[in-house]
Amino acid sequence: MNLEKETNSRQGENEILLEVKNLQVSFFTEAGEVRAVKDADFTVKKGEFFGIVGESGSGKSVATKSFLRLGPQNCRIKGGSIEFEGRDILKLDSEELRAIRGKDISIIFQDSLSALNPVYTIGSKLTEVILRHNQMTKQEGRKRAVELLTAVGITEPEKCMKSYPHELSGGMRQRVMIAMAMSSHPKMIIADEPTTALDVTIQAQILKLLKRLQKESGMSVVLITHDLGVVAQTCSRMAVMCGGYVVEEGTAEDIFYHPSHPYTQALIASMPKTGGGKFEQFLERDVSDNSGSLCPFLSRCKYACEECEKSLPGFAKISEGHISRCHKGGTISWEMK
Amino acid sequence: MRENLWKNIRLGFKTNKLAVAGAAAIVILTLAAVFAFLYPMDPNQISVTDRWLWPCQAHPFGTDDMGRDYLARCLYGGRASLAAGFMAMILSTFIGIVVGSVSGFMGGAVDAVLMRIVDALMSLPTFLIMVVMNAYLEPGLQNVVLIIGFLTWMNIARIVRGETIAVNQREYVIYAKISGQKKMAVIVKHILPNIMPTIIVAATMNIANAILMESALSFFGMGLRPPAASWGSMLSNAQGYIATAPYMAFFPGLLILITVISFNYLGEALRKVFEPK
Amino acid sequence: MGNEMTRQEDLLIEVKDLCVHFRRKAEDVFSFKPSWLRAVDGVNFSIKKGETFGLVGESGSGKSTIGKAILRYHEPTSGEIFYDGTEIGHMKEKDLMPFRRKMQSIFQDPYSSLDPSRTVREIICEPMEIHRMYTPAERKERAAELLSVVGLKQEDLTKYPHEFSGGQRQRISIARALSVHPEFVVCDEPISALDVSLQAQIVNMLEDLQDSRGLTYLFISHQLQVVQKICDNIGVLYLGSMMEISSSEKLYGNPLHPYTKMLIASILPPDPKNQVLDDITADVGVQERAEHGCKFHNRCPWCTEKCKNETPALREAEPGHFVACWRY
Repeated sequence: MNLEKETNSRQGENEILLEVKNLQVSFFTEAGEVRAVKDADFTVKKGEFFGIVGESGSGKSVATKSFLRLGPQNCRIKGGSIEFEGRDILKLDSEELRAIRGKDISIIFQDSLSALNPVYTIGSKLTEVILRHNQMTKQEGRKRAVELLTAVGITEPEKCMKSYPHELSGGMRQRVMIAMAMSSHPKMIIADEPTTALDVTIQAQILKLLKRLQKESGMSVVLITHDLGVVAQTCSRMAVMCGGYVVEEGTAEDIFYHPSHPYTQALIASMPKTGGGKFEQFLERDVSDNSGSLCPFLSRCKYACEECEKSLPGFAKISEGHISRCHKGGTISWEMK
Repeated sequence: MRENLWKNIRLGFKTNKLAVAGAAAIVILTLAAVFAFLYPMDPNQISVTDRWLWPCQAHPFGTDDMGRDYLARCLYGGRASLAAGFMAMILSTFIGIVVGSVSGFMGGAVDAVLMRIVDALMSLPTFLIMVVMNAYLEPGLQNVVLIIGFLTWMNIARIVRGETIAVNQREYVIYAKISGQKKMAVIVKHILPNIMPTIIVAATMNIANAILMESALSFFGMGLRPPAASWGSMLSNAQGYIATAPYMAFFPGLLILITVISFNYLGEALRKVFEPK
Repeated sequence: MGNEMTRQEDLLIEVKDLCVHFRRKAEDVFSFKPSWLRAVDGVNFSIKKGETFGLVGESGSGKSTIGKAILRYHEPTSGEIFYDGTEIGHMKEKDLMPFRRKMQSIFQDPYSSLDPSRTVREIICEPMEIHRMYTPAERKERAAELLSVVGLKQEDLTKYPHEFSGGQRQRISIARALSVHPEFVVCDEPISALDVSLQAQIVNMLEDLQDSRGLTYLFISHQLQVVQKICDNIGVLYLGSMMEISSSEKLYGNPLHPYTKMLIASILPPDPKNQVLDDITADVGVQERAEHGCKFHNRCPWCTEKCKNETPALREAEPGHFVACWRY
């Protein structure tokens, strides 16, 4: 972790917006404790598009929901710190937390239909959200709502204002969600699989929109996805999560061209690439939970050594700002059979 | 699934004291009804000298207007009430499952016709019909069960239909259909096992309902023929002596209350167990 | 389809003018006029023996409905479906039985495609029981054998589906489909619900099985990059109509239909240096089922008056490359 700090401070002018250290989140069920996030560290800088990639069950969504302490009842943040602009979110009282939620940090969810209340029109909901965060009259609020809808690429904003959520297509709804998230001029938007439920043609358009808005407003976006294509097209820096741990963090180029962790390497090799070639095969997934504190990829890694069986590797610095949680830090390259 | 079911039930009941108490009460009452013969008193033994005795050593629940031991009568009465409740529930659940699953599975015209019949039956004043039918039929436990069974299956049919429609869309049912499985087999093998939890909950609640109905019918004198009795008819009989022997109304009334509440708690607990979290 | 290159007997599946319409729930309570959803609206294509034919399309394109119509889950509203020369689209249920054995399916959702109340053995044995194949003892033996073919262990036979991961469940689905020696398998988004790391396994397994058992696949997916990888020929669907059919190289290398072009442009390559988002044209139209004209006209950058009024038919623009667009 020291290493990480060092790298960040050396990059100097890039101010850190959100710093998450040693985050641990558990679910408490009748069957006992489930450790969803075992050790996650992220650093999100101001004005950057940060991606978090992981497969289902990697803890990526749980980790990011804890940024705002949003989680189901039985979910508890067990350790670590989440510093947003130097303030530890975990130490805020509910009043201060509410001031950050929806104002400084907004969230866009995957399922836009259930995220919007079906009994209100888009217009009334959007205006309400705008008025909550801005000092203005209702008329001005409505005007602002129309502007926002135009900004997110809705062609007939007046018509859209009068519609109910179910009357809009999935792509339109996601645009409305983005407009809503933008309404408070947030410093950071968390987008949790924002395009997974959408058609491919719509997905590309929504991502384009998100990227444009991020550039224009200078906010940071944390994008959570399982799709490597989505991260590659949008993010400047990214983290890879596996089994509750962040296993690698770096710029998109670092991760895609010089993946260092065996898991990242295997993940990238298994992607269907444009043009010819057969699908690359991944190793068998081990369902049995590795509940101990060892490398999450141990059971599938072909480079596993004695040391891996003994202790959890710390972060090794691969290059400037590129870290990997592997004992063999950067010395291996995954070969596919 | 099956193992899981039991594990879930165990876990669910561990945290729900009321449900455990309810289940225990049901078990005790059922055992008491089944093993009523172990109690030495004869429920139909008339004794003119022992009329209206308040609860005492010899007669824990006292005696009634004919000097019969009231505890013995409560035990045998419970036998009738519980048996009527169980049997009526089995009958109504069976009809409900058949109508509901066929309706939900077939859809279209079959569904429309069956559901309109259900609607029609549900809009009838059930209790009046019971009274009228009972007037034409021989009084007796058998007929009480038939009447209750045939008039209370509609809610189960509705629940089963709804669940069937939901399960019918699942891919394993689609697969069974396109691999040529017969309709009957699809319902029995793939649909019913997966909606069993819901049926169990509905059936549990239905027992409570059936026991109440039987009591009500007996209260109005339509049910078992004297000297045989159920809790309802005992309650009815106690009316005349409410001032002098209130315990005669109290005991059967309390037993009905405990039974019905227990079944309702049990059903509620089961519902919580089966509900997806 | 009038492809002279292929002889009639090489075709396993032939779909002619297939229409599947669903009755929609009346939006107006007082209107008794039925309204119809034209899920599949006059689709033609054919699948050669031993090939993998891909159907690509977004939600609402009718791709799954076509698959289920071939499997006779839906009865076609009109049009014909030929299986090896025999019309099965309107065949009676009892005559369909042999075809129900020859055609099998693998579905998308590994969590709902296996009956949660039955053991793996019961699940794999069921198709064999339906078609009265083998004795009960032989069925059990075969179930064990098939399980090892798909790479699962013998002790898994007595387990229930919830004990398996998504990828393992898809393997059980494959074993179940194979149990009755099918010729034709409809794979309806078999890998869409799986993690990237598991997709490759399932695809490779399907390909190996095709080679060893001479299977013919209809592969349905919304991901063009996946379909392109494993299919010989691809049909692109939009709102129930076939927009383009061609070999997978041609479709990818030289897409003709504007919709196909849009689909291909929307593929996001996992390569940060190859930024494609900037090239995407902001398209404002939404899927709309127009009464007349080309279905795609309200989203098409090259839309003309003709496109709005007349529906283009699927025609051969280049040898073996069919497209339904007035520009060709």
